[in-house]
Amino acid sequence: MQRHLISAADLTRDDAVLILDTAEEMARVADRPIKKLPTLRGRTVVNLFFEDSTRTRISFEAAEKRLSADVINFTAKGSSVSKGESLKDTAQTLEAMGVDAVVIRHGASGAPYRLANSGWIDAAVINAGDGTHQHPTQALLDAFTMRRRLVGRDAGLGQDLAGKRITLVGDVLHSRVARSNVDLLHTLGAEVTLVAPPTLVPVGVERWPCEVSYDLDAVLPKSDAVMMLRVQRERMNAAFFPTEREYSRRYGLDGDRMARMPEHAIVMHPGPMVRGMEITAEVADSDRCTVVEQVANGVSIRMAVLYLLLGGNEPAVTHTRPTGSEEK
Amino acid sequence: MSKILIRGAKVLGGEAQDVLIDGQTIAEVGVGLSDEGAEVVEAAGKVLLPGLVDLHTHLREPGREDSETVLTGTRAAASGGYTAVFAMANTFPVADTAGVVEQVYRLGQEHGYCDVQPIGAVTVGLEGKKLAELGAMHESAAGVTVFSDDGKCVDDAVIMRRALEYVKAFGGVVAQHAQEPRLTEGAQMNEGVVSAELGLGGWPAVAEESIIARDVLLAEHVGSRVHICHLSTAGSVEIVRWAKSRGIDVTAEVTPHHLLLTDELVRSYNPVYKVNPPLRTERDVLALREALADGTIDIVATDHAPHPHEDKDCEWAAAAMGMVGLETALSVVQETMVDTGLINWAGVADRMSVKPAQIGQATGHGRPVSAGEPANLTLVDTEYRGSVDPAGFASRSRNTPYEGRELPGRVTHTWLRGKATLVDGKLT
Repeated sequence: MQRHLISAADLTRDDAVLILDTAEEMARVADRPIKKLPTLRGRTVVNLFFEDSTRTRISFEAAEKRLSADVINFTAKGSSVSKGESLKDTAQTLEAMGVDAVVIRHGASGAPYRLANSGWIDAAVINAGDGTHQHPTQALLDAFTMRRRLVGRDAGLGQDLAGKRITLVGDVLHSRVARSNVDLLHTLGAEVTLVAPPTLVPVGVERWPCEVSYDLDAVLPKSDAVMMLRVQRERMNAAFFPTEREYSRRYGLDGDRMARMPEHAIVMHPGPMVRGMEITAEVADSDRCTVVEQVANGVSIRMAVLYLLLGGNEPAVTHTRPTGSEEK
Repeated sequence: MSKILIRGAKVLGGEAQDVLIDGQTIAEVGVGLSDEGAEVVEAAGKVLLPGLVDLHTHLREPGREDSETVLTGTRAAASGGYTAVFAMANTFPVADTAGVVEQVYRLGQEHGYCDVQPIGAVTVGLEGKKLAELGAMHESAAGVTVFSDDGKCVDDAVIMRRALEYVKAFGGVVAQHAQEPRLTEGAQMNEGVVSAELGLGGWPAVAEESIIARDVLLAEHVGSRVHICHLSTAGSVEIVRWAKSRGIDVTAEVTPHHLLLTDELVRSYNPVYKVNPPLRTERDVLALREALADGTIDIVATDHAPHPHEDKDCEWAAAAMGMVGLETALSVVQETMVDTGLINWAGVADRMSVKPAQIGQATGHGRPVSAGEPANLTLVDTEYRGSVDPAGFASRSRNTPYEGRELPGRVTHTWLRGKATLVDGKLT
């Protein structure tokens, strides 16, 4: 494992499988009456959020607290940032207070990379989403959810997603979730297809390790998992598509379309969903939809990442089997 | 004034000759000239060029003296072998009146390191709406002949047409920063494979090419000449090549950084590589070199753009666009054009002195190295190799993309009308 987690592309297959396996162990902690491990006792983690994201922040905070870390939450609003303080100064101020890890969410692509590589601070940096670049813990929790559902909770240990056909639908252009997922799923051996109107696919996508299709109906029957990406309504004002209705008709997932998916296939969404836009209520509330599971899995994945970056080599949960990729 | 004998220099890279400066002019060029009464500069093995001329410099004064002043900028120019620079108009206040251009011109004269020829804004406040008083700036003491809204594109086709037409009355030229604004909203880097991966807003090549295509056609229609600033794409090269073959009066410049660097460097998210127009691809770089060699692109211009440290020591999106370039330009041109065999030193003189002086009508610059000509000269140790150390820059700013990079060539001497501004690599 590296010292930071900036991009899903930085993870090797073995790194990724180790994180997923560790997350399975962490998930067992959630089943206990006391959901807490002493692993990060005395370590301080700051959640440095320059963008509003209640769900991601809460997920990290829950993970940090379950590992007994001291948690500091820093949001840009009402802080020195709104008074013009630079990212560098903010980070150095926090580090001077003795922070061991910085979980950063920032609107500018590359901000976590700069934080980790500019010599500004020594703390470990975990990217909690940067601009339209990466959101690696989201990709990991998505992969975790797929592995559980498509391979199996116990059968999946040590396994990757070789041969699984994953379809991502929606606003790829503006999506850090899509970028992270393409990188990680490719590393884990899955076959990825992106489906979007051509306006919402970036120029340069031809070099990504995936297929691109403009035809959702053609792809659905060949998908083991379909991940719907959020589409902001405002995009139509910038001519990315004509109307909300036309978008839903061509690229939204409704009951009829879901019926064309193989029986075992799941529907995923990173949230927050725009019901009636990319996904209908019928699909969102169906038992094939893993949205709520993804949220629960997010805490386990973030515990695993924090543990592996900060906790050293001691087993996280002593009574379970040792971690590591033991096959192949 | 005293005499200076430059002994044994390879004039324009040719045979070794002596050049005698007497006062402000070159008195004699030949072999075995007498050194009687002259200070001797031993120049064996070095290349002597006419003083370099930069058609595209940001001196930042007035308004951003924290990044550069006319004094520090012209010292940087002298350090890099320049004897004349054209100062861009995007200062605070904007150089859109006779008053501002005269101020900048006078500061250049007072400091004496390098002639400063101000460029006037095309439109009031660079806003692209209303023509600035181009005639007044031309008639001012600064004698402005080049007009540009650089940093912003004159994107309104009617305003551009009028500007092209209007400056014909006094032989001016409009230098266009070709950037279609709508196609580059939120643009952070070249749009392509790398931007798709990094999630940075794309600056597509077509945003440059479409404006160049429009402007060469406008220039043809109204019978004007037009100059294209910092051309950066292979497609732009093809359009300019086509325009020239059609007889359209267009000239174009390329920056040193676009001859050497590509958008792959942006993967570091280090804003020192953030520049407008953005670094492009390897294919573009090679097309630009070829175009500079075959004359499609007329000149090298630095787009020297100083920024204070804090404007680059931040996340990419928050950083300012631009790189300093005066003190490294000749080395980059040697690396990319001379050492690759694309052009010789006479070609360098043509593209970095003769042609830019012609385009900007800088009298007394870009002249032949021969008797009777003004003694604006640059002596280059072309055998030198060393890594770039920004701490040694004369510029007030340090935002160079070449820090630590080994580059060939070093300017050892610069003479502005017979007065040494740089001696043995040190400013006078």
